[in-house]
Amino acid sequence: MADGAAPVLNVRDLTTVFKTRSGAVHAVNSVSFSLKPGELLGIVGESGSGKSVTMMSLIGLIPAPPAIVSGEAVEFGGLDLLTATDDELRRIRGARIGFVFQDPMTSLNPVFTIGHQIMEPLRKHMGMTKPEARARAQALLELVGIPDAERRLKDYPHQFSGGMRQRVMIAIALACDPEVLIADEPTTALDVTIQAQILELMHELRAKLGMAVIWITHDLGVIAGIADRVLVMYGGQIVEHADVRDLFKQPRHPYTRALLQTVPRVRGERAERLEVIEGQPPILHAAPSSCSFAARCPFSFERCLRENPARFEVGPGHDAACFYDFDAGGPRHVG
Amino acid sequence: MLDDPKVSKILVEVRDLKMHFPIHAGVLKKRVGEVKAVDGISFDIYEGETLGLVGESGCGKSTVGRAILRLYDITEGSVKIDGIEIGHTPQPDLRTMRPTMQMVFQDPQASLNPRMSVSAIIGEPLDEHTKMSKTEKRAKVMDLMDQVGLNRDFANRYPHEFSGGQRQRIGIARALALNPKFIVCDEPIAALDVSIQAQVVNLLEDLQGEHGLTYLFISHDLSMVRHIADRVAVMYLGRVVELASREQLYAAPKHPYTQALLSAVPEPDPWIEDKIERVILQGDVPSPANPPKGCNFCTRCPQVMEICKTDEPPTFEIAPGHVTACHLYSATNTESVS
Repeated sequence: MADGAAPVLNVRDLTTVFKTRSGAVHAVNSVSFSLKPGELLGIVGESGSGKSVTMMSLIGLIPAPPAIVSGEAVEFGGLDLLTATDDELRRIRGARIGFVFQDPMTSLNPVFTIGHQIMEPLRKHMGMTKPEARARAQALLELVGIPDAERRLKDYPHQFSGGMRQRVMIAIALACDPEVLIADEPTTALDVTIQAQILELMHELRAKLGMAVIWITHDLGVIAGIADRVLVMYGGQIVEHADVRDLFKQPRHPYTRALLQTVPRVRGERAERLEVIEGQPPILHAAPSSCSFAARCPFSFERCLRENPARFEVGPGHDAACFYDFDAGGPRHVG
Repeated sequence: MLDDPKVSKILVEVRDLKMHFPIHAGVLKKRVGEVKAVDGISFDIYEGETLGLVGESGCGKSTVGRAILRLYDITEGSVKIDGIEIGHTPQPDLRTMRPTMQMVFQDPQASLNPRMSVSAIIGEPLDEHTKMSKTEKRAKVMDLMDQVGLNRDFANRYPHEFSGGQRQRIGIARALALNPKFIVCDEPIAALDVSIQAQVVNLLEDLQGEHGLTYLFISHDLSMVRHIADRVAVMYLGRVVELASREQLYAAPKHPYTQALLSAVPEPDPWIEDKIERVILQGDVPSPANPPKGCNFCTRCPQVMEICKTDEPPTFEIAPGHVTACHLYSATNTESVS
């Protein structure tokens, strides 16, 4: 991780609103973050927290309408992706920004061979000839650990197991040497032993290729093992941001703390009773005017219901959107 | 198997249970093979305990749950619940047994009829199996809703108006309606968010305490099973490879598969994550339609020996209440009886 290096991706104040028949849904609210070259940024949150919509919004994969994507800027490679043309975005997606989605079965096309699907971005984005693309496709399959790569290029997606399909997805995402890889719950649909294989592969690939990665997951265990830095999302906002060790050692947002306490563990002490986060996550029909976690928060006080907290710096490279100051043990004294 | 004074009476006894599903192919739908989803498993569940059944997708753990409740006609074996053999009882005769044994399903969206109100869903078992009057039924449904933490005012609402966690509470209330002794919980929290999982698990624990329920808790989530189960059975490709008390299994797993499975679970702690020595299994689970010869795990086992590729391992009792099916323990142990 190169500290101080210019970020490869810089997102400022991104907001996504869906206009539906039953009212507006504010899925992403003023999200700002940056991605440094070569780092792995983890994004944790539960379903509906806005983590996937954030990623889809910033590279124009959210159909608008019904969505309205706005913001100050999404800077990538000297471009503002929010104002970029469809054509410019198309040249970036799948080439300079690669994607891996949760379900490899539905993201691969069942009627084309794996080889065809890996060669497609190579021919489109890199202008390779067929033999060049085929050679590169084979090298990519070998890179992601698929045995007998030459023969498997001719196979269709249904001939691969779930774990192998996810390896194929990673091969496609890496095909054009992307600067950024966005992986959206890439191991959620996989069994735990297969997940371990994919996480291992990811460690190897990062060491070899050095691209920056955004890894979206709901699993704190996966984050602990793979991320350099972490964003915690709740109610469409970033509620905490820290280096992975700071986050696990000193969580500074009540939601992060509760989340860490509520998950049972396989190792170490076993809790007799699970800590519970009472209540439900919010559905935001309007832009948040109060803290969206306040209703479930044991630390909330009057101000939390009145005002939506900004992200306060609580340590070097560590911020939390909370009016409660855990270091002082009381409300934060800020404007 | 387990000399625990708290749990003495065996409520559920499963012996050599097999559930094979036929594979049909061709225009004449000829039987060309079978998927050996469950291939000879035995275990006991003691009254009042929770037996965790873990394994990866396709290992047959859900089929075990369904077969025990006789939602299938089993291929072979015996299932005794509360002393009554139900393994081969014809389906109509099972009706009288149904109130004793109930099920909570994984997907609360799919297991609740969208056109029935919550009170109708929870009250349906009462309509089927009791002769309660309307007012008695109403009172019972309200009582059940209180027990699972659902607001009584929502009795006339429909499943789609509830969140996933609340829907799972509806499913639990329905399972409780006939005062069962034994409940199969088939991945009851898999579809729920982390912050909601703990709510449902705590509810299941509270209900077990209040009613003295016995659970078979089927899950792929090893950390949650460690939390809720008293004893744990690990399945791989249709067979139980290891069964032990929770403490034994998590502290000192004996079967190479259990060891790999536990080591693969990520730990929400970066310092521990750095230190874990993972056993990364190579390859994928073989198809249950065509399992390997010998030990089912021999194609991926890091400690595979020659004998594993030819002989199916017997079950060894390596400590009181701790059994495993692996040739590694054949030298030091005698074959277990049950």
